[in-house]
Amino acid sequence: MSSFTAQAIAADVLAGRRRATEFVTQTLANIAARNPLLNAFTAVTADRALARAGAIDAAVAAGRLVGPLAGVPFAVKNLIDVAGLPTLAGSKINRERPPAVADATLVARLEAAGAILVGALNMGEYAYDFTGENAHDGASRNPHDTTRMSGGSSGGSGAAVARRLVPLALGSDTNGSIRVPASFCGVFGLKPTYGRLSRAGSFPFVASLDHLGPLACSAADLALSYDAMQGPDPLDPVCTTRAAEPAFPTLRHGIEGLRIVRAGGYFRAGMSPEALCALETVASALGVTREIELPEAGRARAAAYVITASEGAALHLPRLRTRPQDFDPEVRDRLIAGALIPASLVTQAQKFRRWYREAVLRLFESADVILAPATPCPAPPIGQKTLVLDGKEMPLRSNIGIFTQPISFIGLPVVAVPVPLPGGLPIGVQIIAAPWREAVALRVAQALETAGAAVARLSVFGGALSRDGKQP
Amino acid sequence: MSDLPEDLHVLDLDAFIAAGTAMLGIPIRPEWQDAIRLHLGISLNLGRWLLDFPLPDDAEPAPVFRV
Repeated sequence: MSSFTAQAIAADVLAGRRRATEFVTQTLANIAARNPLLNAFTAVTADRALARAGAIDAAVAAGRLVGPLAGVPFAVKNLIDVAGLPTLAGSKINRERPPAVADATLVARLEAAGAILVGALNMGEYAYDFTGENAHDGASRNPHDTTRMSGGSSGGSGAAVARRLVPLALGSDTNGSIRVPASFCGVFGLKPTYGRLSRAGSFPFVASLDHLGPLACSAADLALSYDAMQGPDPLDPVCTTRAAEPAFPTLRHGIEGLRIVRAGGYFRAGMSPEALCALETVASALGVTREIELPEAGRARAAAYVITASEGAALHLPRLRTRPQDFDPEVRDRLIAGALIPASLVTQAQKFRRWYREAVLRLFESADVILAPATPCPAPPIGQKTLVLDGKEMPLRSNIGIFTQPISFIGLPVVAVPVPLPGGLPIGVQIIAAPWREAVALRVAQALETAGAAVARLSVFGGALSRDGKQP
Repeated sequence: MSDLPEDLHVLDLDAFIAAGTAMLGIPIRPEWQDAIRLHLGISLNLGRWLLDFPLPDDAEPAPVFRV
């Protein structure tokens, strides 16, 4: 199953070489065998998937038009609506919600392109998480070492794709929740431009920072799924009416003519040796020597942090007032603290956001792509509470996103690419582009994949699938 | 990552938490206090750092952001 990519599956199904039912049956068997240890799935929609696969197979046999993701199994973070399932958003409280009456827009669009939903994925509660831990469902586990974090909050998405339970998963990213699990689990992740992909039918966290996007094992699979999901959606008030800009057709155009730089200053501090090695591997493969500084990136991260804590708390205030004991304690305590932040600080953060946006957009006058680390370190052990950044011991949960937050704060598109390190866990690098230039970031990701500098390996530890001796 | 101020006294934060949660009607248990204080301290430190950054009066807040 090492070539278990969406592109390969769709090619086989569309050519009639294999049936969608075969892929779905195998996928369901793999989930049944592997998920008890990985804990990536919270629901498996087997009946629906088999029915859908049968319909795809019938359409192919009849010569009817089937989309570019024909027969591709996929799963979604459980904050995304799936008809018939309560939308958990990783919480205990949401289990009391009635089942969703319809699929989220992106689920419907992927299925319209021929993909087949097979289930819903574990996540950090209410997406306020970088670890993949969850007090109610248990932690999703990193396939490369099941004692380690999958990353959050789309931890189940990262783990399921890394272990090839599905070739494609959807996650959400408010401050890094696609890019962090992509980095820890060693897969590709795309956080598109803010407003590019519809969020309709997903449980919110911080409205002005929430994005949805795909995780996959190749740049091509990101591009295929991204193209299938683009388009306006009146059900999401911030979804753009801008015309779709397909990324797949230019994916293999290479990097010639692109001005690629690496982020210095703030982004140089706090990197572990592994993060630095990954960044230098990528920079070297691309021939990048120029460095630029994102002005006030540290304050940008601070502003994202303050806005997130405050707006997240405001969203959950009714539940904090009536049933705080039902939250994951790690989330509850931060939300209660967030409810107490003075409004004047939040307004300052929003005003600063405008200033920072203008300053960073000016950088794209002389650069097309900016490279930056995705996480300060590879996946820490599950349960670890602190990490050392720049020589200082810091709370882990609030600091894993130090490199992702200054980017999503102003909605820039980013591809996180996995860099396998010799003998170690994978770690990601961010490929950051100007607004609406997802295709450029994906081109660079593809170039790195072609050069072997970015690879989503099934196992980074050779024969044994997992460093801790388990075989997830 | 930055030279953030660290001078918010624990007792001040406990009073802040007691007043704020009472005003908002959030019932908290004593065993939650340490974590709430830690996280509130982080946010207030970061917020005060933002206040140190001069912005013009006409800087337009961006609560919903279109790139």
